Amino acid sequence: MTAAVNEWAFIGVFMSVAWILPVLPLVVSWLFRPRRANAIKLQTYECGVETVGDTWVQFKVQYYIYGLVFLVFDVELVFLFPWALAYNQLNFFAFGAGLLFIFLLADALIYAWRKNALEWA
Amino acid sequence: MPQVCDNIISTLAPCLTQSGMNPDVAQFISILLGVVLVASFPLLLVIFLIWVERKIAARVQDRLGPNRVGPFGLFQNIADAVKLIIKEDITPAGADRLIYNLAPIVAMLSVILIWAVVPFTPYNIGADLDIGVLYFVAISSIGTLAIMMAGWSSNNKYALLGAFRVVAQLVSYEVPMVLALLVPVMLASSMSMQDIAFAQLGMWFIVLTPVSAFIFYVSNLAETGRAPFDLIEAESELVAGYNIEYSGMKFGLFMANEFMHAFTANLLFAVLFMGAWAGPGATSLPILGFIYLMIKTAIVYIPSLILRATVPRVRIDQMMAFNWKFLVPVSIVNVIVMAFVLKLVQVLGLAPSPENASDFLANIPQAAALLLGNVVVIAAAMALIRGSVRKERLSEAAKLAQRVQVEGDKEALPATVAQH
Repeated sequence: MTAAVNEWAFIGVFMSVAWILPVLPLVVSWLFRPRRANAIKLQTYECGVETVGDTWVQFKVQYYIYGLVFLVFDVELVFLFPWALAYNQLNFFAFGAGLLFIFLLADALIYAWRKNALEWA
Repeated sequence: MPQVCDNIISTLAPCLTQSGMNPDVAQFISILLGVVLVASFPLLLVIFLIWVERKIAARVQDRLGPNRVGPFGLFQNIADAVKLIIKEDITPAGADRLIYNLAPIVAMLSVILIWAVVPFTPYNIGADLDIGVLYFVAISSIGTLAIMMAGWSSNNKYALLGAFRVVAQLVSYEVPMVLALLVPVMLASSMSMQDIAFAQLGMWFIVLTPVSAFIFYVSNLAETGRAPFDLIEAESELVAGYNIEYSGMKFGLFMANEFMHAFTANLLFAVLFMGAWAGPGATSLPILGFIYLMIKTAIVYIPSLILRATVPRVRIDQMMAFNWKFLVPVSIVNVIVMAFVLKLVQVLGLAPSPENASDFLANIPQAAALLLGNVVVIAAAMALIRGSVRKERLSEAAKLAQRVQVEGDKEALPATVAQH
């Protein structure tokens, strides 16, 4: 096996073991815990009063706007990593192209700012 | 050949093959052993971490903290864990059962998996991936997903509100965090954690790019949901936030996850900006490197605990404004300035040559140039703050002046406003 394959084999085994570790205390707890459920106990908690209406309803739109702004940034940031990685070998053109890309990113931020997408209204 | 078996940790596979085992099976056993070691370490550590956190919070608030169970109350958390295990587990009637039960496991997973790429010593690292930094960013986003799963599936209004805040907060602070991570990647020319650690042998990155380090530290505080950014579980507003319906060991997993995540984030800070295991004698005696790493992590972790016990919680609009209108612009400017200065340093020949990159003195010209760039970024950031605070003050003064005109309420006019 080559070294790189070995590293990814480690991650693969790690992922399966990491699933098992948190399940272990849950299994132990399942063995020992009491089971005395009743209808009142299983009600949705709301500071003692009975819950009114459905929880899964339409929600404040501002959260989704932040989600969209984040999506733009996160996707573009991933493209910057190869540029940063090869930074020492970049010629002048590639260096300028990377900077232009960052400027476009900043431009998107200014646009969102001017459109009041960043205001918590 | 006995010399193959002299170091059981790093040469287990050839050692087993020697004793007549199938090479693939030997390889697998060696990997499995490493995995179990690396993955169970944070789980054992977290029991101690909760004790440290409770003790420090108690000291800040002039209390004693846990001191009954065991010496210095050290076994208090073991007692708590036992209590959580034998507690009744309630799944509310309206919950989405599969997602509800999966959420604490996924939350735990998102933190344990990060430990796979932490370089403990120059020779011991779980998996030295070529894309270690990207792996860290990807895995830590799973935590957001887990909290959203918990909040949504609980079918509770407080939980859902808490979960939505998580999406807003964690997702927003990921942007400056990733931008801050670009600079160490640029400096080390590698995304592998081990290469980044080796690149800091001459000079720690916290000296080269203090602005990046600061941004990474602050956004890490927010990513882990620590005060002053603990809006996820603002007790006074949301009772407990996303984990309100959880009880017993599932709640325990969320709690342990939070403490573990805070430590892991600071561990990553120590790796990326404070040279990981670097220190005198670390290359010849690997266990020293591990001790150095833990000491460095404690140096950044303990202030974050004191901060947590000291500062009040910020408002959600303040938190979002601080991220999008301060941290993100500053980190973008920081990346641009760092890119320029680094190119300039290369052109002028100030950068240390690859042969003496680990020499402290050879790094000084580059460090001085980069520090100068950082000072420019800090000055710009300060100007930004001053401008926005001034604007806010003027608008408040204008509002007050208007009220004075309308109501003729001369007493409401403080002396400072009258000067504007």
